Formats: sequence, C-alpha cells, structure tokens
Amino acid sequence: MPYAAPASADELVKGLWRENPVFVQVLGMCPTLAVSNTALNALAMGLATTFVLVLSNAVVSLIRNFVPKQVRITTFILVIATFVTCVDYVIQALRLDLHRALGAFISLIVVNCIILGRAESFASKNPVVPAVFDGLGMGLGFTFALLCLGSLREVLGAGRLFGVAVLPAAFEPWVVMALPSGGFFTLALWLLLFSALKRRREAAA
Amino acid sequence: MNDQSLSTIFVSACLTNNFVLAYFLGICPFLGVSGKMQTAGRMGAAVTFVMLVASLCAYGINALLLAIGAPYLRLICFIAVIASTVQLVEMFIKKVSPALFRSLGVFLPLITTNCTILAVALFQTNKGYDLLQCLVYAFSAGLGFTLAITLIAGLREKLALADTPEVVRGTALTLVLAGILSIAFMGFAGLGG
Repeated sequence: MPYAAPASADELVKGLWRENPVFVQVLGMCPTLAVSNTALNALAMGLATTFVLVLSNAVVSLIRNFVPKQVRITTFILVIATFVTCVDYVIQALRLDLHRALGAFISLIVVNCIILGRAESFASKNPVVPAVFDGLGMGLGFTFALLCLGSLREVLGAGRLFGVAVLPAAFEPWVVMALPSGGFFTLALWLLLFSALKRRREAAA
Repeated sequence: MNDQSLSTIFVSACLTNNFVLAYFLGICPFLGVSGKMQTAGRMGAAVTFVMLVASLCAYGINALLLAIGAPYLRLICFIAVIASTVQLVEMFIKKVSPALFRSLGVFLPLITTNCTILAVALFQTNKGYDLLQCLVYAFSAGLGFTLAITLIAGLREKLALADTPEVVRGTALTLVLAGILSIAFMGFAGLGG
C-alpha cells in the first residue's frame, strides 16, 4: 500500500469499512462474540475499546522513538493495561449495572488483539495525528461491527432493540441467538455477507 | 473464600462453562491454529502450561497487592507475568522442538494476548479461590481449551475433504462448526454449577 502522505480522513474511513477489524481482518473475536448479546452491551464495549485504542495509539506513537525494539511489545501492553484499568474504574463508578453485565470483559480489553495489532503495525511507525485517527477509525469500525452483531442477536433472540420491543408480541424469540452458539452463527452470517460482497466486487472488476 | 469442591470446579471449567464455547475466550487461536489436530493438541498443551504458571503467579501477586493495598495494579502485574511466562515457554519450545516452534508460528507469542489466560487469572481472583482450587481451575480450563480446539481441528480436517461452496470456506465455515459444537456442549449444562 502506498503510504506517501496519509490523509487523516483516509485513516478514519479505512478502519470503518475497507479494513474493518472484525469483518475484514477477523481480529478481536472474543469480545465481539461475548458481549454482543444485546445492542447496549455491544455499544458500551465498542466505545470503551475505542477510547483505549485512541489513547494507546497516541501514547505509543509519542514514545515510539525511545522504546528499544526488544521490549516494545511489553511496553505497549503496559500502556494499554494502564488505560484499561482507567476505563474499568470509570465504568464501575458511572454505570455499575453495565459493569456487571460486561463482567471481566472490560479488563480483557487488554488482550484484544486489535489494540496491540494497531500499536505494533501502525502507531509505532507513524506520527501522533495519523495514529490517533487510525485508532479512532479502527475503534469505530469495531463498534460498528459489534452493533451489527448485537442488534441482530437482540432482535432475533429477544424481539427487542436497546431494550425496546420492536417485533410484534406474537414473535417467538429464537432463544439460541442469545446463547453462546448464536454468537458464532451470527458472526458466520455477517462474514458470509462480507465475503459474498467481496467476490461480487472482484467479479465486476 | 469459596468452598466449591475441586471436582465441581473441574467439571465446571472444563465442560459446563468451557472457556472457548461458553465464554468465547481464546477464539483467535481457536480459529487460527485449528487446521490440524496434532498442532492443535500441542497448542492446547502449551496454553495449559502457561495457564498453570500464570495462575500460580497471579495467586501470589494478588495476595501481595492486597497486602500493600494496591489492587488497582492487579491488571498490569498479571499481564506482565503472563508476557514473561510466554517468553519462557517460547524459548523452551524453540530449544526442545524447532518443528513445533515453526508450526505454531506467530500464535506462540500471541499466547500473551490469549484471553483465556488473563481470564483464568482474573476469574480465580473474583471467585476467591485458594491455592489448590486455583491450580485445579487453571488446569481444567486449559484442558477444556485443548478439548475444544482438538475437536474443532478434527471436524475441520474432515470438512477439508468435503465439497463445500467456495464462498463459505474459511472462517465462516469454522464459525458455524463452532456454533454447533457450542450447542453440543450445552448438553453438559446439568453437570456441576
């Protein structure tokens, strides 16, 4: 990919669609599947991850010239862990119910491969401004993907969206969608859609 | 303090609440290294080992942090310990079996970011297990991971020979398999708590 003058807008859009971390790169599967049982959980998780992603990208980009190559992964992980601890305590203070619903998955943002992946492959090689936009784009792309899964699972599994009933009462909820296996099936469906779209575009080109 | 019996912990972590199929932890290696049964089994063994060591260290660290009143450092300390354990395992495998080292490839250092391990450390702290319970918990979680990844690798080996439509090949197919396997594991729900 030619990277002569990365425009900030391009960094942003790239993460949202063309290089969407979940649907195209297939990264960060664990939180994607685990907290996408309702749209609200999905949104909260997506925003928390975006926050950590933007800040860690910024810090990693700032310190990229001072960190010896051998210890860079450890350094990145420690930077990420610091921000995750902040997010964990903030959510606990603001919305205790949400903190309970997401459970250990807030702490587990540390091991979300998207964040370390962006730190290693983008932020450690680029100046602060593109790195921040890259983090923001990837984070929003992740949030978008989580929302796609979360809303589909909530609508089919409970007949609701963000807790509001959207389907007629006669609709029999598909319990399987709210269960773990539903997460696997829903993600498989979205991936199928994306790979079908990709094939169509390639066939047209 | 938690007074669950060791056998309950074992059944729960290994089958009922299988880390991969019920908690969605460790999905990345689960999708990435599950192409061949042999590699999958060895990956499972490596993860189980790291888990045991990490669980032991996490227990000690947690006690220490509580003693000095700094529980907010927990996450950072846990991840540092896990990263160094993985480094150790990596050097060990490279020395003992270069072939295995190559077949695991990038997924070996990525054990650091395997959420199952950090999750074991965090869950055992949340549940207030004592040392022996922690070790049993870590061992059975690792065994559960190995079981899930070996099962799916077996299924994928069979499916590689089948004539599937081109568009579903790859991740989508594996995810559908995982979903079906997850339904099968729900059958264990009656066992243990």
